[in-house]
Amino acid sequence: MATESTNSSNTTKSGNGRMIAFGLIALAVVLYILGLTDSYESGLSIKPMDQFAVYPLFGDGPVRWYTPTNATLWMGLAVLSIAVLMVMGTGGRAVIPSRSQSMAELAYGFIRKMVEDVAGKDALPYFPYIFTAFLFILFANFLALIPTSFSPTSHIAVTVILALTVFISVTVIGFVKNGATFLSLFWVTSAPLVLRPILAVIELISYFVRPVSHSVRLAGAVMAGHAVLKVFAGFAGVMGAASVAPIIGVIAIYGLEVLVAAIQAYVFTILTCVYLKDALHPHH
Amino acid sequence: MADDATIEAANGAGPGMPQLDFSTFPNQIFWLVVTLIAIYFILSKIALPRIASVLAERQGTLTNDLAAAEDLKRQAAEAEEAYNKALADARAEAQRIAEETRAEIQAVLAEATAKADEQIAAKATESEARIAEIQANATQSVEDVARDVAGDVVAAVMPGQTVDADTVASAVTARMKG
Repeated sequence: MATESTNSSNTTKSGNGRMIAFGLIALAVVLYILGLTDSYESGLSIKPMDQFAVYPLFGDGPVRWYTPTNATLWMGLAVLSIAVLMVMGTGGRAVIPSRSQSMAELAYGFIRKMVEDVAGKDALPYFPYIFTAFLFILFANFLALIPTSFSPTSHIAVTVILALTVFISVTVIGFVKNGATFLSLFWVTSAPLVLRPILAVIELISYFVRPVSHSVRLAGAVMAGHAVLKVFAGFAGVMGAASVAPIIGVIAIYGLEVLVAAIQAYVFTILTCVYLKDALHPHH
Repeated sequence: MADDATIEAANGAGPGMPQLDFSTFPNQIFWLVVTLIAIYFILSKIALPRIASVLAERQGTLTNDLAAAEDLKRQAAEAEEAYNKALADARAEAQRIAEETRAEIQAVLAEATAKADEQIAAKATESEARIAEIQANATQSVEDVARDVAGDVVAAVMPGQTVDADTVASAVTARMKG
């Protein structure tokens, strides 16, 4: 009881410190945005897609495959955030966890349970990669909600690679684990014999559509939300006193986007688990 | 937004979707792969083993604590049982000691009584013997006295005549028997 009370008083102290730090960051962001608005010309020139542009961080040269770009920066920040939460946050290795350790443990437990429940116990060797994909999408999505940031997950180049990695791995795992019986995934034995070839064709098409829907869902949701935010923000910039309405709209959509950021990461991960389940247990 | 011109140039003419600007794909894919590998190694080498060990340790601590609590509970029950047993034993012991003492006292008492009875009996026998002796002595004395008196009486009645002591004695004895 004594240790618990000292613990809580400690966290309150550091909590106050953190509040001040957050306040300073928020102030810096507001000042930065105010500074940016000066450079905007007056008049309605909404370019909602400009935020997705990939450009070199240093200089104006062409974007080669190795050029550090804004995509590099925000992916790197995602890596950094994940390292801070998952490594520094768990540095205490406390039996009674701190807040950050608790968050890391919750994320771990959440995805681990999802993999175990959806894909089964034999899918646990693939848990580190699934957790990697989940954390990357989650943190990229959340970091993309910082104004003037860049959202890697809004790019189909990124999401297609994520989805293809899952698709190819799952297909390979399916054939390695089950051999030719993996093809029974497409042969629906519960259907009448006449329908089975037709269903097989449909199943096969749906199987190959998986990576498309898997990737476009994520990129589409993130891109659409951010574009709408930018459109509302553009309206707010030119409507004078009536800007209150688009600003309220921006706030509302921002709240929705926070939700979408988490949900899309969740959906991507759970679909990965479902596909993995098909590869490991094609008969069910 | 100083890079607008560059972006426009890169995108070709018009405000297209940057997502469909294939010239940036190799760059994004390269950095994505780097990112994923970095996250994968951070997680699989450091974070996941650490969290797993922390969770296992917590589970272990919980299990141990529960087991320890169970053990303590059992110990308490045992202690209570032992206490009750000791109490019952002590009661039985006390009962036994009381019984023993009583029996001992009884025995000592009986022995003393027997001894006293014996002594009394001995004394009584002795006394009887002495009484008998005294009685015998007394009878003897009476005979002696009677003989003496008879001799004297004879001497007084018939002076000058020698008194035959044996005759007197036998006469007295005969008289006394008769």
